[in-house]
Amino acid sequence: MTLKVEVDEQRCVSAGHCVTSAPDVFDQRDDDGVVHLLDGAPPERRHEQVREAALLCPAAAILLRERDGSA
Amino acid sequence: MSDVLVIGASAAGLATAEALRRRGFGGTVRLVGAEPHPPYDRPPLSKQVLLGDWEADRTVLRPPGALADLGIETTLGRRAVSLDTARREVALDDGTSLPYGDLVLATGLTPRRIGAFAEQAGVHTVRTLEDTGRLRAELAGARRLSVIGGGVLGCEIAASARRLGLDVTVIDPAPVPMADRVGPEIGAMLAELHRDHGIVLMSGAEAEAPVVSGGRIAGVRTSKGTVEADVVVVAVGSTPATEWLEGSGLTLDDGVVCDARCRAARHVYAVGDVARWWHEEQGRYVRLENRSNATEQALAVAGNILGADRPYLPVPYFWTDQHGVRMQVLGRPAEADRIRMVERTPDPRKFVAVAEAGERPVGVVGWNSARGLRRARALLTDGSRPH
Repeated sequence: MTLKVEVDEQRCVSAGHCVTSAPDVFDQRDDDGVVHLLDGAPPERRHEQVREAALLCPAAAILLRERDGSA
Repeated sequence: MSDVLVIGASAAGLATAEALRRRGFGGTVRLVGAEPHPPYDRPPLSKQVLLGDWEADRTVLRPPGALADLGIETTLGRRAVSLDTARREVALDDGTSLPYGDLVLATGLTPRRIGAFAEQAGVHTVRTLEDTGRLRAELAGARRLSVIGGGVLGCEIAASARRLGLDVTVIDPAPVPMADRVGPEIGAMLAELHRDHGIVLMSGAEAEAPVVSGGRIAGVRTSKGTVEADVVVVAVGSTPATEWLEGSGLTLDDGVVCDARCRAARHVYAVGDVARWWHEEQGRYVRLENRSNATEQALAVAGNILGADRPYLPVPYFWTDQHGVRMQVLGRPAEADRIRMVERTPDPRKFVAVAEAGERPVGVVGWNSARGLRRARALLTDGSRPH
């Protein structure tokens, strides 16, 4: 399974839920707290956290593209 | 594998359906929404959409096809009219009935109205995209707006209308805006922010009656005098949309009453603004009206449908954007007896404050301090739980 992560900085509301859920994948900018993507193709062991981050985001600013390894 | 029927296709309903799929649920998932639109987001309505910064379609929460790709079926523009828990069926307003294995109630809120102002031309409530479009159209030709209600929504609409160039008055019985959410000190800072931006706050004033002229609103008579207005917004809170559940046997009391697992009855759950659940740590029923709760509770409900059997124990969070200040609030600062600044900057509109009841932190408020707020979050969770 591969998982690609994209973030929409325009939609982001700086809630920081993504950083709480998956601190190795997301960070926040210093000045305004907008999401900063650390890893756009996180390893499988992070996938569960990243899915939770995407679901929890109150601005729907995290987009995931999941593909089976075979595809 | 049984089927899940979700009634309500806004943030909470959508997130429940998605979470079920993301966690591998293999049964049918159907999302039913009363509005004709695909699931869309409400927080931008009083801000980006009212300002005209965003077109309506930008509020849509998922790209076209994303729900179908996840195997989530949608029925839009159909209102649920009754629930039969014995037959496990929900009747819709087109005369059809949908069966369920598990049912999720996510019908959200209905704006509260003030009798004398209802149905008056020029008086608005804001909950939907259509409401926002109508208000925006009327503001374009107006000079003076009165907002009845100094809560989050009223404050945001006032700030947006001011930026659109209107003369804005906020009429509210409380001494400062949003005090029931953030407490009197932060509320006073918010009052100053609004005044600095030219908004007139009629605090401690009750809206008593509309002033009508030529068949439309011309002002608001209040306990502190009359305010002239071309347009009036009533933003005095909302009530859970549960009328359709009367007689269903569910307990309805300021929402759908649920146990600690957000379960209202066997095979019936509630989520989001409409759900009032037993908070095990606080030992009381709690209902939260905020965007983050919609998704967080959705994850909890999806988990419990799949057998997690876990109580829902969130740290409440909401944010609001007013006059260039992004205020973020964790916990329940209105229950504090004092606030303590923990991060200050030379800019008075950039800080983090902890709200304390006795020595115990009960809330955190940040202005333009997203990272600082997240650092302070640990004060409320003592590190023992992830949320």
